[in-house]
Amino acid sequence: MDYVIEMLNIRKEFPGIVANDNITLQLKKGEIHALLGENGAGKSTLMNVLFGLYQPEKGEIRVKGEKVNITSPNIANDLGIGMVHQHFMLVDTFTVTENIVLGMEPKKGFTIDMKKAERDVKEISDRYGLRVDPKAKIADISVGMQQRAEILKTLYRGAEILIFDEPTAVLTPQEIKELIQIFRTLIAEGKSIILITHKLKEIIEVCDRVTVIRKGVGIDTLDVEGATPNQLASLMVGREVLFRTEKTEAEPKDVVLQISKLNVNDARGVRAVRDLDLTIRAGEILGIAGVDGNGQTELIEAITGLTKISSGSIKLSGKELSSYKTRKITEAGVGHIPQDRHKHGLVLDFPIGDNMVLQTYYQRPYSKLSMLNNKEINKQAKKLINEFDVRTPSEYTQARALSGGNQQKAIIGREIDRDPDLLIAAQPTRGLDVGAIEFIHQRLIDQRDKGKAVLLLSFELDEILNVSDRIAVIYEGNIIAVVNPKETTEQELGLLMAGSKKKEEGDIKHV
Amino acid sequence: MFSRTQTILIPVISVVLGLLIGAVVMLVSGYNPIEGYSALLRGSLGDSFYIGETIRQITPYIFAGLAVAFAFRTGLFNIGVEGQLLVGWIASVWVGLAFDLPKIIHLPMAVLAGAIAGALWAFIPGLLKAKLRVHEVIVTIMMNYIALHLVNYLVRYVISDQQNTTSRVPESASLKSPFFEALTEFSTMHYGIFLALAGAIIYYVILEKTSTGFELRSVGFNQNASQYAGMNVNRNIILSMVISGAFAGLGGAMEGLGTFGYAFIHGAFSGVGFDGIAVALLGGNVAIGVVLAAALFGILKQGALIMPLQSGVPTELVEIVIAIIIFFVASSYIIAYLLQRFKKGAQ
Repeated sequence: MDYVIEMLNIRKEFPGIVANDNITLQLKKGEIHALLGENGAGKSTLMNVLFGLYQPEKGEIRVKGEKVNITSPNIANDLGIGMVHQHFMLVDTFTVTENIVLGMEPKKGFTIDMKKAERDVKEISDRYGLRVDPKAKIADISVGMQQRAEILKTLYRGAEILIFDEPTAVLTPQEIKELIQIFRTLIAEGKSIILITHKLKEIIEVCDRVTVIRKGVGIDTLDVEGATPNQLASLMVGREVLFRTEKTEAEPKDVVLQISKLNVNDARGVRAVRDLDLTIRAGEILGIAGVDGNGQTELIEAITGLTKISSGSIKLSGKELSSYKTRKITEAGVGHIPQDRHKHGLVLDFPIGDNMVLQTYYQRPYSKLSMLNNKEINKQAKKLINEFDVRTPSEYTQARALSGGNQQKAIIGREIDRDPDLLIAAQPTRGLDVGAIEFIHQRLIDQRDKGKAVLLLSFELDEILNVSDRIAVIYEGNIIAVVNPKETTEQELGLLMAGSKKKEEGDIKHV
Repeated sequence: MFSRTQTILIPVISVVLGLLIGAVVMLVSGYNPIEGYSALLRGSLGDSFYIGETIRQITPYIFAGLAVAFAFRTGLFNIGVEGQLLVGWIASVWVGLAFDLPKIIHLPMAVLAGAIAGALWAFIPGLLKAKLRVHEVIVTIMMNYIALHLVNYLVRYVISDQQNTTSRVPESASLKSPFFEALTEFSTMHYGIFLALAGAIIYYVILEKTSTGFELRSVGFNQNASQYAGMNVNRNIILSMVISGAFAGLGGAMEGLGTFGYAFIHGAFSGVGFDGIAVALLGGNVAIGVVLAAALFGILKQGALIMPLQSGVPTELVEIVIAIIIFFVASSYIIAYLLQRFKKGAQ
């Protein structure tokens, strides 16, 4: 008995594509096993096969050496397989406990024994060091805590094998550290973990072994010890990957965006951006570094006209934007890759083709005399799909059906193709694999080299340091320092982001 | 969610199931279902007179269905079609009675008045939704009652002299068709059916072929992304309600200028507006679907009138059949699930 789960030579086809072709994954008891692959490589499909959502065409699954036939998630549950999805499956208005016991509530006569449920949840939570308040409402707790509620849900159902689908994509660095600690506790308690990810750092930090798949085909399974990020990346992508994006020195020219004394309130009416000054020139990438929730979102919404400003001025090439509506701002030459692609970036129920003209559908050649020209729309869509390697069966496919990475590539393609004077890229590479990240960074730098201004917002310090020509640190709604990426370090940025070093302390303002 | 074949199969299977279960109900209650259904068919399509009556019945159903479907497709639930239809009815009759003009001006003006009145009636819930986020379901339901009683007041005290009905609209504002009447042994069939079919084409063009329709659908699916893309979300909510209301108002004009030729005091709602919800649902909110669903409803409703006379089956049986059809359409997952099982079994 070596393996708790064996997926042998799995093949899964969808109309027109083979999503999994002869993939083998064997999970040892007590190990953290990474499943590594690019966006759309077939990781989620493979895990959905294991979780009973899809039936494989070929291959077999063994649990503790015994051949099993998993035809529904319920059977997977009974076999001790639990899955923590990337997009949580929680009822917002229910408490943590209510969510966890949903579907298998402890009963007392005809009523739910909520006391017992809470006790049970608390007990499991303590055992694994999850520190979740069983009585808290899901809507009131942080994303990290919601994820723990998901973990608790699987544990409550007696999971021995936990599958995590991109668990760190939504977490802050601190929460990631805590999650890794939770992984270790789970292993110590005898659980086994499959971690779906494309973050190489995490694999090297926590995993024991890694199975790499590429374009639906199993490439290799290897021990993490001794493997290098470069080796893993090239296995995953199928070619050498450069981790530092090559770029020349920036040649900043005229001021494109000039923000002065900007004040913006957030949705609750609390001041989120205070007296903020910021300048971006043509031909440079300005990175905004900061801990999430320090006014970044409101700043971007103010520039793009999605939120009204309280006071101050936003000028694009000398033209005042702050009284404009979003459409006029877009037409004035602002492109925006939004942070939340599902909420703002796409109409998920539209075909991907229609999403490619979401801001331009009313202009020629996509519309003439307000009649849509679908031929032109689909031509444009095809062009962007090819140019930005959006993997989709066709331009008529609903945006919802695409993988997250491909949705993101579609948005980025749309925004860059409009060739805006100012391109705002908010977390443009969230949820993307190294190959795609490299590509997108290159496209941002290309825009810069064409003499456009780029505003990059990211919570990944690597990305900020790598891509930006200047870094502005935002803290409590104010830019507290502007530094040169070549003369700063992650440590210094970290301190600035935490607000522990203020501008007036002196020499931090390099640029 | 569902495949293309499924979106077509589900309503068809729902209709078949509805008729089958209706037959079972007839059997259980001691009627002969074959007699019942053949009486229903005779009473709706049996001769030219009944065909004419059925087509006349289909006309307002198409408009009511289009009205509900248009709102649905743009993310709104217009339960106020009934009220919008009533105000459209009275407005068209009023214009018909108030002016003395040549037909080529008078009739279009009266029809348009119906559309505008329906549009205005729907504008109010649209505005409240856009500006104050008041849910359109609540407002449209209340507006239905206001419409009912307002229209009754107008009939009694303003347009007529304390009568229960207004006078007939003059020939110059009438949709009545001597040609069709002669063709269908003097049924009440009128020219409205052409307007209804034109309405379905307009519905299709606005929604699928214009940039306005692109916006309306986008706002219906995702307001945040629409706002991000620079669309005016509030304007689109109002516009959607206004267009929906215009379709409903046209349905009313068909009754006022065609079927009846006058307006009268309604003791209760006509029900056409509410049936529009079922028509839209069964028709999958697409133009051709709405026309077909309206045709089915017209046949069932018209045939139901003859059924008791010829086979003894009470009219209410048709309501049961319709209810069952709607049940299956609304719970389409059951059919999708059965289809899947069926497919697997065949393999």
